[in-house]
Amino acid sequence: MTLPSAPPALSAAASRTRKLLEGQRRFIPVTMAGLVLVLVFAAGSLRYTGFLEPQVALNLLVNNSFLIVLAVGVTFVILAGGIDLSTGSVLALSTMICAWLLREGWPPLLVIPAALAAGAVIGLAQGCIIHFYGVQPFIATLGGMFFARGLCYLISTESIPITDPLFTALAQARIPLPGGTSLTLGALLALVVAGVAAYVLHRTRFGRSVYAVGGSESSAMLMGLAVGRVKVGVYTISGFCAALGGVLYTFYIASGNSLHGLGMELDAIAAVVIGGTLLTGGFGYVMGSVIGVLTLGTIQTILVFEGTLSSWWTKIVAGALLFAFILLQRALAPRAAK
Amino acid sequence: MRAAQLRRLVWPLLVLAGLLVANLVATPGFFEVRIQGGRLYGSLIDILHFGAPLLLISLGMTLVIALRGIDLSVGAVVAVSGALACTIIASSADPGSVQTAAIAVAVALGASALLGLWNGFLVAVLQIQPIVATLILMVAGRGVAQLITGGQITTVNSEPYRQIAAGSLATVPVTVLLAAATVLLMWLLVRRTALGLLIEAIGGNAEAGRLAGIRATGLTVAAYTFCGLCAGLAGIIISANTGSADGNNAGLWIELDAILAVVIGGTLLTGGRFSIVGTVLGALIVQTLSTTVYTMGVPPESAQVFKALVVFLVCLLQSPRFRAQLVAPFRRGKTSHEPPAPSEPPPQDEESDVSPTGTSAGAPDRREVQR
Repeated sequence: MTLPSAPPALSAAASRTRKLLEGQRRFIPVTMAGLVLVLVFAAGSLRYTGFLEPQVALNLLVNNSFLIVLAVGVTFVILAGGIDLSTGSVLALSTMICAWLLREGWPPLLVIPAALAAGAVIGLAQGCIIHFYGVQPFIATLGGMFFARGLCYLISTESIPITDPLFTALAQARIPLPGGTSLTLGALLALVVAGVAAYVLHRTRFGRSVYAVGGSESSAMLMGLAVGRVKVGVYTISGFCAALGGVLYTFYIASGNSLHGLGMELDAIAAVVIGGTLLTGGFGYVMGSVIGVLTLGTIQTILVFEGTLSSWWTKIVAGALLFAFILLQRALAPRAAK
Repeated sequence: MRAAQLRRLVWPLLVLAGLLVANLVATPGFFEVRIQGGRLYGSLIDILHFGAPLLLISLGMTLVIALRGIDLSVGAVVAVSGALACTIIASSADPGSVQTAAIAVAVALGASALLGLWNGFLVAVLQIQPIVATLILMVAGRGVAQLITGGQITTVNSEPYRQIAAGSLATVPVTVLLAAATVLLMWLLVRRTALGLLIEAIGGNAEAGRLAGIRATGLTVAAYTFCGLCAGLAGIIISANTGSADGNNAGLWIELDAILAVVIGGTLLTGGRFSIVGTVLGALIVQTLSTTVYTMGVPPESAQVFKALVVFLVCLLQSPRFRAQLVAPFRRGKTSHEPPAPSEPPPQDEESDVSPTGTSAGAPDRREVQR
């Protein structure tokens, strides 16, 4: 919009400003997500005494550590333009494998890698079916969802308690923070996973390829990127994250159960969307997914504080929030959203 | 094109036949159908009877998927519809009357259509990706259903309402008739008019469809509304079957089964061409699978693994590359002495005429590109 008569220095400055704004534009959804989280939290603080405690905020991390890990894994898949419906089931399978192997007398330091490997293998298999045989991700991971859930039932139809001393110790370990607050190991691990994921996505060749494949698979292919490796890789990562989420869940709930994590894949996807990631792929941040999980968690905390509100309001509010966020995304990124 | 359509139906048909034969081997009386109390009974009838809700939803889903969309909210709509109908009947002065049941059904269907309309509005007017747009209702809808029933399982004692699921007309269960009528209606509507063509045009390439002058918005809204309506009808059947509405569990995961049925039936999730017959076959396969699990005595624990394996099998069979790999060992042995000729030469004649350098010797280089 610069006038032709404007001095070149001024026009250069204007274009630089515009470029800067353009660059910031992609952060708007994440910023908005963060803002909403703060607003929701503020609303809770105004309404209830004892809400605005550091520990309440930290408990959001503690109570949702597994969901954060799950959402981070799903973020990879969604960024690459896919979808993973199997994460909730893989989480359940992971809790089952942990509980079952511990009952069989395996050492816990072997059990955890075994559970993680199982998740990664399921993810890998899904990725291979999707990439090599062109099966649509929705259907392939739907099959994976049935498969993993079915394997849980094969292991045991009943809940298996976990009494292993190491697991209990890990679950109860608290990392003291200033101000008399503390975090669990699981919450810390979730943050580490999110950090590693952000590093991988933004600072490695694989991560950049994920964005490229999500933006346009054919373009990525023509650029000579390893599309196959990316597609199989993201599902493997998601499977691994789901299994890790399962291990964290066993810390949290101290049992293996085939019914764990029912519908959690949708919570994870909803969190990713609330965090500003486009389901068509190629746009979004891990940070957004973490914020999305925390927003859902805050709503749940408010409902707990409210006490009288029934559980179904969680679903309705979550749906309304989802709607608001999607509208926001549409308004902000009309071009990217297509 | 006709032949291509038939060929796509071959795999689902084979799988269904295989499942039925496996059942026949496991339980010799599987195909028996008897009349008892003026109604048909038997395993095959059971498949049709209990498969009716799934079939209905799959039909609606077919149109939505053909338009390159997806509807994740049908399970929630099932719950809302059942909850509404049962709550109306339970709270009315005369729960047993035909009139009450009719009002309940009408209101439930109306609400379902509205929910479908909402989905269609989000997708077509606000241009939200279908999977996200319907995710909203999927998450919120179950909450709404529980809100309607007050979080309880509402039971009703209405004979006319119960008859929707248990009744029969000329020995055929009403549920089967409802499903068959919907199939017929949809077929007439979509295949005897240009509607199906328009849907396939938009689904195949929205931009091209628009340039051809097709009003995509109205059609998309209509498709989602139809899908909601189908889900509502299914919800009524399901709640009439048990005489109760359960906001939490009614129609749980039925959206996934329905999408599965559509895909097994050969309609691609990427939109475009769709097949009503394929969807019917797909829904029957999914339902037969559930029945098989019970009749063959597959332990319930492994039922889902079994289901998953069949899903993978059907999907892989539909993948051209998998089929090629499957037959490759046999073909290689047979053709090792011959020059590597393309497996399907006929359609290439035209092309070699066009390019002057394209001699027949160059033909083997040209491979079919599969996307």
